[in-house]
Amino acid sequence: MSAAPSVLAPPKAAIGIEAVGMSMRFGDFTALDHVTLKIRPGSFHALLGENGAGKSTLVKCMMGFYHASDGGLLIDGREALIRDPVDAQRLGLGMVYQHFTLVPSLTGAENLLISRADAPAVISWRKERAALEAFLRKMPFSAPLDRPVSRLSAGEKQKLEILKQLYLGSRFLILDEPTSVLTPGEADEVLGHVRALCQAGEISVLMITHKFREVSQFADDVSVLRKGKLTGSGPAADLSHADMAQMMMGAQLPPSETARTAHNGDVVLSLRAAKAPDRSGLGQIEIAQLDLRAGEILGIAGVSGNGQTELMDMLTGQRKLNAGQIQVHGRDYGATRREARALKIRALPEEPLQNACAPRMSVAENLAFRDFDQIPDGRPRLWKNSREMARRAVELISAYQIKTTSPHSPIAALSGGNVQRAALARELSGDVDLLLIANPCFGLDFAAVAAIRARLLAARNEGVAILLISEDLDEILELADRILVMSEGKIAFETSAENADTAEIGAYMAGHA
Amino acid sequence: MSSSADIGIWGVPLAILGGAIRVSTPFLFVSLGECLTERSGRINLGLEGTLIFGAMAGYAIAYESGSAWFGVLAAALAGALFGLFHGWICRFKGVNDIAIGIAMMLLGMGLAFFFGKPYIQPVAPDLPAISFGWWSENPQLRAALQINALFLLGVGLAIFLHWMFRATRIGLTIRVVGDSTDAARAIGLNPNRVRLLSTAAGGALAGIGGAYLSLYYPGSWNEGISSGQGLMAVALVIFARWNPIYCLWAALLFGGAGALGPALQSVGVTSGYYLFFAAPYVLTLGLLILASSPDKALEGAPGELSITK
Repeated sequence: MSAAPSVLAPPKAAIGIEAVGMSMRFGDFTALDHVTLKIRPGSFHALLGENGAGKSTLVKCMMGFYHASDGGLLIDGREALIRDPVDAQRLGLGMVYQHFTLVPSLTGAENLLISRADAPAVISWRKERAALEAFLRKMPFSAPLDRPVSRLSAGEKQKLEILKQLYLGSRFLILDEPTSVLTPGEADEVLGHVRALCQAGEISVLMITHKFREVSQFADDVSVLRKGKLTGSGPAADLSHADMAQMMMGAQLPPSETARTAHNGDVVLSLRAAKAPDRSGLGQIEIAQLDLRAGEILGIAGVSGNGQTELMDMLTGQRKLNAGQIQVHGRDYGATRREARALKIRALPEEPLQNACAPRMSVAENLAFRDFDQIPDGRPRLWKNSREMARRAVELISAYQIKTTSPHSPIAALSGGNVQRAALARELSGDVDLLLIANPCFGLDFAAVAAIRARLLAARNEGVAILLISEDLDEILELADRILVMSEGKIAFETSAENADTAEIGAYMAGHA
Repeated sequence: MSSSADIGIWGVPLAILGGAIRVSTPFLFVSLGECLTERSGRINLGLEGTLIFGAMAGYAIAYESGSAWFGVLAAALAGALFGLFHGWICRFKGVNDIAIGIAMMLLGMGLAFFFGKPYIQPVAPDLPAISFGWWSENPQLRAALQINALFLLGVGLAIFLHWMFRATRIGLTIRVVGDSTDAARAIGLNPNRVRLLSTAAGGALAGIGGAYLSLYYPGSWNEGISSGQGLMAVALVIFARWNPIYCLWAALLFGGAGALGPALQSVGVTSGYYLFFAAPYVLTLGLLILASSPDKALEGAPGELSITK
């Protein structure tokens, strides 16, 4: 078959895409092995797979970031030559990345406009605003256009990303884990809208995801990749979660849930009327009362941007309190390194590669951050002991199953799940009384999530007090003994895990209750 | 002295106002140029060198051609060349724009002193000033309202840049590149080219600022012509939060501070007035300290700028 001439005008309705025998080799490594995938016009297709299964490679080949070593792409049954993402865009293919590609300081309207290839040299904002509003009226959902993107919530950003693709005329959308930054409510809303657009025949969608629930609830078809090969494909309705897990993980199934042992420990962490300014400087975070006991996981649920990040900053000394106090074991806590050490407090903020690691330093060095400067009896150490550091690193790497080529490779070279494992290994090694942790499983695959959650439960059973801040309500329901809901910078609701009612929690998260 | 006595102590604010307008023009041009460059995500510390070279080139060409405006044009061209050179070096991997900026500053000064030796003695034509004080009998007021055409051009330019960043494709393109290289690539922009051109345009503006120094105020070419305006303008851009209109106000403020010393001298303060010559430097330091915050990141800073990353 010879290459068909590229379509000049963008298509007017959903297009069907077919990857035929697509392979991608990087040197000796085969990232993608003869994968054939068909997305029917107007269908919502889910692509499942663990990290490193070849999902990103596949979509990057489709979008023209990579040139497939073998195989090709059919658009509406005709062979298409896609040399780069610009070609893909012209043919109506668009991608929403996991990391937002909106420009933070520009407003929504400016972002939409500048992404257009034919943006006018002089912009008449009145005319463009009218055009944008007319466009938004035709869409099933909307996003704020006047605020800089940096001030939007994750859900609003995600909606704006999707709107941008539709605005650019994309008729086939690739969504790369679109809900990883959204709350369940937001995720359902966004995916519901996307599904409605598919059913209306406006777009076809290929969604990369880890979440089985979303596959069963929203997708028409599902394909599963494992180690670069297609291990299963079919209508989503025909596959159970166990089937999908089987296809994703092969024979090996995730470890079963660790049993809980009962505890009734002393109060370790307590906050009283603690106030601090929020990120914008306009609002206020106010925690009237919060108590956390030893051997307990206290889950803090909430929609992203309701003060959880600020609470973590307050607890780790990165945000000054205006009033109130934070006490640990009944003593005032100012979060200095010395205090944290004396009181055995560890913290793991979200996105550990940026917030809790030195990306270019080695795995071994990153693992030693807590104690590289003291000898075992607690006195300061003058010379660093590289041999001891390497020995400890090897221990932790095997104990936490961190996949790295060597303890001396930079931690930035590790996958997200392994960075999270390494950071958790560091924070949980030694004597720990209190662990503060935020979004520990953000963006991780199935196996990594299961391993990390098991670690947290094991630590809890050993008597560690754990404050778990998470935007993933499922995670909180699975792990926490007690649940607090944060809304607009305050604790809006408290419930024990046994009596937790998802609908009720959801209402408080949304601020409606 | 006798004429000062006519309006007494009011001579001081009047002299400061006139001085502010007179002294602020180079600040204004350099800071607008730096604002443009930094908005594209690159910092050019070499503008002090560009300013001095622009002063020399402008003076030399004005003298040779007999037209001050040809001098301004030559200074802008020379500045653009410096900017292009800076931008071209910075596109290579592993090059630090701050280090290159310092090297370019020294290069600009060295070249200016080398080529400028023969022009220290000759007298070049001055840039014209427009008199806005014709309605007044008061000589000081008339002097204060002698406003150079370049200052008005600079005010217009600040407004133009503000509009450009908001409502033109070029302006949005520069902001996208300055805020996120990845986002810029994703929409098919070439960040290196945008930065190259922004640095060149920024250099051209700094060159014009230099021409003002040698062709209007102080109005002659010598090696001590700049007293660090090029460097202070960089601080001024940070203080002005990368906003061209704020750059204008900040330049006037710095100009006013620079005029404080001469104004006091003119009303007869003879002791310690030279301390006030240091006012702009103290002001730079003071404002940067006041404008900083231990809790908040700089608002409005372009995301790709190496000093704020």
